[in-house]
Amino acid sequence: MSWILIVEQLLNGLQFGLMLFLLAAGLTLVFGIMDMINLAHGSLYMLGAFLAAWFVQLTGSFIAGVLLAIPATAALGMLLELTLLRKLYARDHLSQVLATFALILILNEAVRLVWGSDASLPLPMALSGPVELLPGLFYPAYRLLIIGVGLAVAVFLYLLILKTRIGMLVRAGASNREMALAMGVNIPGLFTIVFGIGAALCAVAGALLAPLFAVQVGMGENILILAFVVVVIGGIGSIRGALVGSLVVGIVDTIGRAFLPIAFGAFLPPQFASAAGPAIASVAIYLLMAIVLFFRPQGLFPARG
Amino acid sequence: MKRKAIAVSAISAAFTALLAVPLASQAADKVRIGFASTLSGPSAALGVDIRDAFQLAVKMNGGKLGGLPAEVLIGDDQFKPEVGRQLAEKYVKLDKVHFLTGYVFSNIMLAAVPVAFENKTIYVSPNAAPSPLAGKQCNPYFFVASWPNDAYHEAAGQHATNKGYKSVYMMAPNYQAGKDSLAGFKRFYKGDVSNEVYTKLGQLDYSAELAQVRASKAEAMYIFLPGGMGINFIKQFVAAGLSREMQLITPGFSSDQDVIRPVGDALLGTFDTAHWALDLDNPANKKFVAAFEKEYKRLPSLFAAQGYDTALLIDAAVRDVKGKVEDVEAVRKALRAAKFESVRGPFKFNKNQYPIQNYYLRVVAKDSQGRLVNKTMGTVFKDHGDAYVQECQMK
Repeated sequence: MSWILIVEQLLNGLQFGLMLFLLAAGLTLVFGIMDMINLAHGSLYMLGAFLAAWFVQLTGSFIAGVLLAIPATAALGMLLELTLLRKLYARDHLSQVLATFALILILNEAVRLVWGSDASLPLPMALSGPVELLPGLFYPAYRLLIIGVGLAVAVFLYLLILKTRIGMLVRAGASNREMALAMGVNIPGLFTIVFGIGAALCAVAGALLAPLFAVQVGMGENILILAFVVVVIGGIGSIRGALVGSLVVGIVDTIGRAFLPIAFGAFLPPQFASAAGPAIASVAIYLLMAIVLFFRPQGLFPARG
Repeated sequence: MKRKAIAVSAISAAFTALLAVPLASQAADKVRIGFASTLSGPSAALGVDIRDAFQLAVKMNGGKLGGLPAEVLIGDDQFKPEVGRQLAEKYVKLDKVHFLTGYVFSNIMLAAVPVAFENKTIYVSPNAAPSPLAGKQCNPYFFVASWPNDAYHEAAGQHATNKGYKSVYMMAPNYQAGKDSLAGFKRFYKGDVSNEVYTKLGQLDYSAELAQVRASKAEAMYIFLPGGMGINFIKQFVAAGLSREMQLITPGFSSDQDVIRPVGDALLGTFDTAHWALDLDNPANKKFVAAFEKEYKRLPSLFAAQGYDTALLIDAAVRDVKGKVEDVEAVRKALRAAKFESVRGPFKFNKNQYPIQNYYLRVVAKDSQGRLVNKTMGTVFKDHGDAYVQECQMK
């Protein structure tokens, strides 16, 4: 095992974490500010990927396709919020879970009707191979792009939340909704905007990951579970928590998968190591979540005081 | 209570026997088929292909199977074993179908087929063919019109041996079918196993594994990653530039037409093994591929080929018994003879009613119209059965 492999795996962890961050950021805002459990968040991710595949096909340009998919998904998300989800805020979490689960099923079949059960979005030619970062360290160019975009989105959200008026209202809503309402904040309008931002982030993740992952009906459910783990670890409603949580989950998951089987092999008999390594690695992030919940039930960076 | 139950069942058995005797001696007026498959949800594409091809065969036959008007009852198991079983109960007990078929996934089929076995209804599998039913638990009412679960992996292992690969890196999800698949590969692969990795079921990101693969410097890589996992993996394998460093080998279903659609050019040059290919040179296949493309405006997958063959097999058996489909023993005998022109070429049943057939090496390439398809490169196995048939005590 060489240092090159370790660096490469750390980069992989960073990339996986940043991708999770795009989903978790939107989810934590909706969850924290609106106190709304939105299981259909993953469906917006799926919509983003299918829209990107469709627009790339129509325009013939990868960049144009992705840039069109983002506002389109945001618009669909805001439409969903205005027409349907708004009615659910006053209900308890169980009703929200039921209603948004129904929404998952409806959106899955709707996507199948419009585009079929899968779509294809090939890698842009210029980024289709690996680049040599250091002598002997080859890294896929496209994954570098994801790291770049993920970092840029993190900085953008940081500025948006901490330096703008909307960000101030979002923070106020997250830490104490009733007080923000009493101070005259236009909460319904704010919610629609927050939901739109969340949907746009989903589209960024869906469109960027489409060349690496299967674009198919139901793709959102799988990744939503990971996003929820991140939100719980990071602290509900906190963007900073989502960023730290995503990076921790991404790196723990990657390092676990890469090195746990090897580490087990060093001090356990091979037939046991080959069974235990992958088994422990696949639950590593859930173990992490359990440990965080035990010591800090509010998550690492709770938004509420 | 118990004695009463025995009495009731004795009476009903007597009535059933009374009813069955006169019916068995004359031809039925139509043949009823229960077709339960996964037709909705993320994994629906395979079931839809099987159904479409099955219905195409019936349509090309003028709505008949074996000379009898065919009534095909279609149901969606929703990818749930309990729903699959309910459908089997309905078709077998209520609709009294003559044949049950359709299930794509082993776990759903294994929940449903006992209903058919207990009621002496024949199940013809258009896809799932797990090892237990090939060996100790083989059953007279179970026929496989596809291929034994291990066969593609065995053929892939043989291909790796033929090519003389010195080291192969292997990967499968961490569950029983994953372990069986790699065991099947190793049964016929004589070179070194560079590494054998089991990943999480439903995994999305393979970057960590791919870094290890690159470091291993293996000559070839074999994967068993069904469904979305395979699509994720192959896209990432190519994005990492590994397709230039080692040869990717997959089982046929991981690079067939239904995977080509979402993955696209990344699959170019992938080798795989299967019992059927789009360009197999026999009249039955040419007729099938042309008719399927005309009817559904897409190329058939190997699942479609299996669905079509299932219909042809039933067609031949019903014709053989001259429409007397109520006589289950005669129908069984006719099915075992398998007197039909399969789109895969030579086909016969083993003692355990699993197929003995050829397996082909295929490569993903562009056809004359620039479409991505599998091209046949040669025959890996001729008249190949399965490793479990000795354990089957059935006559």
